Amino acid sequence: MDGLTQLAPEATPTLAPPMGLMAELTHRCPLACPYCSNPVDLEGASRELPTAGWLSVLDQAAALGVLQVHFSGGEPMARRDLPALVARAAAHGMYTNLITSGILLDDSAMEALARAGLDHAQLSFQDVDPGENDRIGHLRKSFEKKLAAATRITASGLPLTANFVVHRANAERVPAMIEMGERLGAQRIEIAHVQYYGWGLINRAALLPTRAQLDAATEAVEAARARLSGRVVIDYVVPDYHAVRPKACMGGWAQRFINVSPSGRALPCHAAETLPGFDFPSVLEKPLAWIWAESDAFIRFRGTHWMPEPCRSCDRREIDWGGCRCQAFALTGDAAAVDPACALSPDHGVMAAAAAEAPPADFVFRKF
Amino acid sequence: MSYDPDTVPRLATGMKFRHDAVRDAWVVLGPERLFLPDEHAVAVLRLVDGQRSVGAIVEALAAQYAAPAEVIASDVWEMLSDLSGRGAIRL
Repeated sequence: MDGLTQLAPEATPTLAPPMGLMAELTHRCPLACPYCSNPVDLEGASRELPTAGWLSVLDQAAALGVLQVHFSGGEPMARRDLPALVARAAAHGMYTNLITSGILLDDSAMEALARAGLDHAQLSFQDVDPGENDRIGHLRKSFEKKLAAATRITASGLPLTANFVVHRANAERVPAMIEMGERLGAQRIEIAHVQYYGWGLINRAALLPTRAQLDAATEAVEAARARLSGRVVIDYVVPDYHAVRPKACMGGWAQRFINVSPSGRALPCHAAETLPGFDFPSVLEKPLAWIWAESDAFIRFRGTHWMPEPCRSCDRREIDWGGCRCQAFALTGDAAAVDPACALSPDHGVMAAAAAEAPPADFVFRKF
Repeated sequence: MSYDPDTVPRLATGMKFRHDAVRDAWVVLGPERLFLPDEHAVAVLRLVDGQRSVGAIVEALAAQYAAPAEVIASDVWEMLSDLSGRGAIRL
């Protein structure tokens, strides 16, 4: 062994298996939300993995130790093979979670998914106000379809999560969102502020809540948590523009999740393709086990070895894992920079400057 | 909630408790939830079947570990209350 190897004790930590697989089956979606988490450069239907490709990914994920599969998109129900994929994941004992807009969830689709062994459905709402819901999703009558989907999910005996995406235009209605989740029979309610990457970043000035709006929303969530304790779980995701420390994005780069894009690119997170200088491996060309353990894309920002100061010597380095690489790149131009959400970042001022921007008149809706 | 031996705990809707061969460990899986219970929690969770009461669980564990029931009852209740607060079981 040479001296250089001995000087790099962090280079070979024991690698734990991944916990979750985010299967982004398609970017197709009947909605066109201005904060869509899909990349700005959307992948069309012709580039999507065939059924056999996804079945192989699920088999490999189970062997690798993945415990939960999140079927996402776009709208995953736009894939006609969704029940077959759910059935394969369930056969491996992996927990199956459907993340859906509910627009395509009719009776026969619901029955097929329940029969396939689906464990849980997370249904998104754009607002509690029907007109606003339809405006943000850019689809008329989508609110009533979502309500019908919620009824179908609970009637089939599946646990329901009601997901509400929060921003400047609807933050005042967080209390009403929680009440609506209760009325729908949700056992979990997700109050998720928009995250500002991709489409969300394009529309940041229109979407970013004020500090007062954020504080009021947080207060409403805390009051509801106390009231609903033991009956309904409320998960809360905040925008980190008003924060002093960054979030542990994805629980740390390539530490818990593998995201597979519609065309089969394996990513440490769904926004990672915004980062330059990466060759994200394809599941069509490389085994998932190699991708997880060996690929440059998964190793590059895993753990603490890549960190700049002050992260490297920070006592929170294994709590927030350096925050978000995509945010660091989007706001500083350097993916390895300190996440500007941290008050210790030399670029932290860009967060406050963004929060001070005047909102424009309208959104840029997602489009292919 | 105070100790009640007649309460029948059950896994909450949507929660699954199973053994994972890759990690050789028991796991609790649920909606956006994942717990890796320690050996004491595993011993309790293996007896949570929606049939046994808290009192029956305490008796079974007392027999298994050759310990007096009154000694372990409070530990078991504390653990069940914690699992309930995390949404893993319903009391």
